[in-house]
Amino acid sequence: MRKISAVKIKDAVAQLCRDANFFLRRDVLIALRHAFKTESNKRAKTILKAILDNAAYARNEKLAICQDTGMGIVFVEIGQGVNIAGDLKAAINKGVEAGYRKYCLRNSICRDPLLRGKSLFSPCIIYTDIVKGDKIKLTLLPKGFGCENKSQLKMFKPTAKIEEIKKFVVETVYSAGPDACPPYIVGVGIGATADYSGVLAKKALLRKISSKSSKLEQDLLKQINKSKIGPMGLGGANTALAVHIQTYPTHIAGLPVSVNISCHALRSASVIL
Amino acid sequence: MKKINTFKVGQELLFSGTIYTARDQAHKRLIGKIKRGSRLPFELKNSIIYYCGPTKTPKGKAKVIGSCGPTTSSRMDEFTPLLLKYGLKGMIGKGNRSPEVRDAIKKYKGVYFLTYAGCGALLSKYVLSAKTVAYSDLGPEAILKLEVKDFPLIVAIDANGGSIYD
Repeated sequence: MRKISAVKIKDAVAQLCRDANFFLRRDVLIALRHAFKTESNKRAKTILKAILDNAAYARNEKLAICQDTGMGIVFVEIGQGVNIAGDLKAAINKGVEAGYRKYCLRNSICRDPLLRGKSLFSPCIIYTDIVKGDKIKLTLLPKGFGCENKSQLKMFKPTAKIEEIKKFVVETVYSAGPDACPPYIVGVGIGATADYSGVLAKKALLRKISSKSSKLEQDLLKQINKSKIGPMGLGGANTALAVHIQTYPTHIAGLPVSVNISCHALRSASVIL
Repeated sequence: MKKINTFKVGQELLFSGTIYTARDQAHKRLIGKIKRGSRLPFELKNSIIYYCGPTKTPKGKAKVIGSCGPTTSSRMDEFTPLLLKYGLKGMIGKGNRSPEVRDAIKKYKGVYFLTYAGCGALLSKYVLSAKTVAYSDLGPEAILKLEVKDFPLIVAIDANGGSIYD
């Protein structure tokens, strides 16, 4: 068994808070630059320029890309050959707390969802997975709520046509309209259960934006961009930069579909210990 | 802000002057105060509210504020008509507003602006000073008085009720 201390995990998570919030993901930057180059709507181009300038300014000045530094979502892949010395869950939460404090990120967490109360830095949401090997992979996705608020889940019949599912995804994006900071990255989880399809949709946002997308993803992206919602909802060809679908086996009686929208400031960072 | 009635939908401008940050919980409190007839923590008449909850101000970098972009305006829709009735002139945020807010903007001759959404780092460049004026217990949702210079705005709903989203 390889030993990894909880302190090491805490420090690594704190660093991820900085990396994710200050440095926009390279694949997102490339997609934004491409959108800027190809956009023909004048206002949309100006907005995309501001978005790119913002990412550069955040990087240089060590400022949060967006003031909504989100609720921390931490995905942990734990190698089965790892022995964690200490409390893993506490280490991750302490890492988020320490990182958010140190790098002046926003305390956006309410301890009680109904009573609200004082704004805190933690807890974060932790998803764990046991994998082969003797390493730990930590990924932090700070998820802002402007876009999280536009998430939707629909339990389709197992006999539903693919067109119905496409319509649901496209309409979810249309109903987000200008509110959730387009151009979006659209995460879609298909299959599993009601709850796990939501996790799949979120995990889909971690996938690198690239040209390697499925036919269904390409069709959806085309349909979404036909809306001409555009950056800030003020028109243009770029309503979404990508659609990412993640699937999982499901039950004979059901077909859950979740949509999790990300704003253009899709932030995440990973480290392997 | 005398010129507000002349602003037209789609017009881009650079604003210099005073704006107050307020978002969900601060709105709830302001409305509570108005309904009870209590004094508000700032002069609402002819004021501009910015839907914004900034990050903490970085220390030792000569920064006056952290990242400070707009939040989704529609969450404030239920509170906005009453604030307009009591003198609020302008709002800055992101996204569309309800028909009720649009009607109230027209009725009370106000204006709703957009600013660059998801560009909080960049927008901090245009803030000269930030001072907490109320509700510091709300943390990032406290009301701050900001002095801004050349803050970029787009007129989204004008005093005639015209909307950029039509």
